[in-house]
Amino acid sequence: MNAPVLALHNLAISFGGVAAVDDVSFAIGRGDFFGLIGPNGAGKTTLIRLISGILTPNSGRVELLGEDVTHRSTATRVRRGLALTHQIVRPFRTMSVLDNVVLAAGHMRTVDPLRALLQMDRHAERERAMSILRQVGLAGAETKLAGSLPLGQLKRLEIARALALDPTVVLLDEPLAGLNNSEAAEQIDMIAGVNASGVTILLVEHNLEEVIRASRRLIVLANGRVIGDGVPHDVMRQQDVRAAYLGESVETYAAG
Amino acid sequence: MSAYTISLLSIVGINVILAVSLNIISGFCGQISLGHGAFYGAGAYAAALVAIATRNLPLALIAGMLVGSVLGLIVGFASLRVRSDFLAVTTIGINFLFTGFVRKQGWLGAEMGISSIPASGLGASGNMIMIELFAAATIALSLYVNASWMGFAFRAVAEDEDAAATLAINGISYKLVAFALGTALAGLAGALYAYFTQFINVDAFDFITSVMLMAMVVIGGIGSTVGVAIAAIVLTLLPETFRFINEYRLLVFGGLLVLFISLAPGGLASLFHGTRTRLRR
Ligand SMILES: Nc1ncnc2c1ncn2[C@@H]1O[C@H](COP(=O)(O)OP(=O)(O)OP(=O)(O)O)[C@@H](O)[C@H]1O
Ligand SMILES: [Mg+2]
Repeated sequence: MNAPVLALHNLAISFGGVAAVDDVSFAIGRGDFFGLIGPNGAGKTTLIRLISGILTPNSGRVELLGEDVTHRSTATRVRRGLALTHQIVRPFRTMSVLDNVVLAAGHMRTVDPLRALLQMDRHAERERAMSILRQVGLAGAETKLAGSLPLGQLKRLEIARALALDPTVVLLDEPLAGLNNSEAAEQIDMIAGVNASGVTILLVEHNLEEVIRASRRLIVLANGRVIGDGVPHDVMRQQDVRAAYLGESVETYAAG
Repeated sequence: MSAYTISLLSIVGINVILAVSLNIISGFCGQISLGHGAFYGAGAYAAALVAIATRNLPLALIAGMLVGSVLGLIVGFASLRVRSDFLAVTTIGINFLFTGFVRKQGWLGAEMGISSIPASGLGASGNMIMIELFAAATIALSLYVNASWMGFAFRAVAEDEDAAATLAINGISYKLVAFALGTALAGLAGALYAYFTQFINVDAFDFITSVMLMAMVVIGGIGSTVGVAIAAIVLTLLPETFRFINEYRLLVFGGLLVLFISLAPGGLASLFHGTRTRLRR
């Protein structure tokens, strides 16, 4: 494997004595597509927060493009090529859909407030935002207030903002939640298209069918620990993975 | 123009600078400050001392801005540690700390204030014109800031700092810049006030003043430069027209503040435009 884009070394964090993420290590190569699954409360969102710097681990390291970023701010990591979408969508509700994406597209202009003060032009960012909105299927919604969009479109807006950062690797936290089957399939195809353009993807999802279809490697988390790691179909056949789920979804998958 | 009109217009100009500068901190960047009077006062006292020592107008104005913004940066650093609702309480504390401190300092005239401030040499109307020019410049600067990428990022930090961080926007540096800029302008207003009255007393910079300024920001429409400037003008003229209001300043401005926050959170700007998208123009 070529040098990993993202490497996690023995990451661990606990809240009030409960280990939410416990000794997690894996590495993602450039252009790869990883799925991350696990039952509710397994620690998936916490892991994404550790990778993105919203949380600092109790122990372990995060490497982004070969550089240790464990103690870097989220803003710095984003500048180095990381992007993420939130499980609970967080648009700037009082801004238009377009402005949400323009702001992301202009992230190099806003690094330093004083330099940002000397810059007015938004032309290039607008063009880029428009094309990204087309790519995620939000063409036509540009002038709407972000706060007025239905959930399905907000999920797309999250992805549009992430893409506008021109990222090397994108962490997606349940981008399909709340979407119906056809919307979910459409969304996954869109994400696969992004991956095909060279962007590395780490996808957290409960929709097993879609995550298995799209990922090239699957990691299973339970109680903060990695209990499965490998080619999706093989992983889903492992006894402990099935036991962790004990649910219909795996049965359905095995049957189908 | 009568002396009364000149003095009224001077106060209007000073209040416009104060309200528009508070709007940069609280409206643009979302950092609720109820202690703007302290930075105003710090600028006034700094300018008064420099004016007495040097009789140099530009130097005194610069001193006012510098001292205002240094104090602002210190409070800005404090704001990084506290949630926004605590920030409101912290800044109230700063205001009381400031007035309490000044009252006990002999070199600042204590309760008596500073009365021997030299004239600017511009005359009353010259002074007034200088104040209006600075007020116009402050409005222009505020409009420019809002249209720049800095204003764009302010809006993101004000709405959701964590989401802003995921767009590589460092909320900390933006908050500090907002405080430094807004309080420098408050310091400038203080310096202009010192030259205008040639006599300053700490009562002019108390918590009631801060509440009145916040009322101007909220009533004008949080984030709207033009709305806030208009509110500053109206709320300055109102107590002059209806003298009795002066007796009940805290009651009236506090009441207006609560009324607008609960009934028209977008302020006058949103009542006129109807939509929230235009709120920031
Ligand atoms: N900030 C926090 N403080 C305390 N406990 C937390 C915090 N964040 C997460 N936890 C706990 O850590 C565990 C993992 O939560 P996390 O949100 O990472 O799970 P998840 O795998 O994303 O779940 P879901 O599929 O429901 O989104 C849970 O037990 C949760 O209650
Ligand atoms: Mg989660």
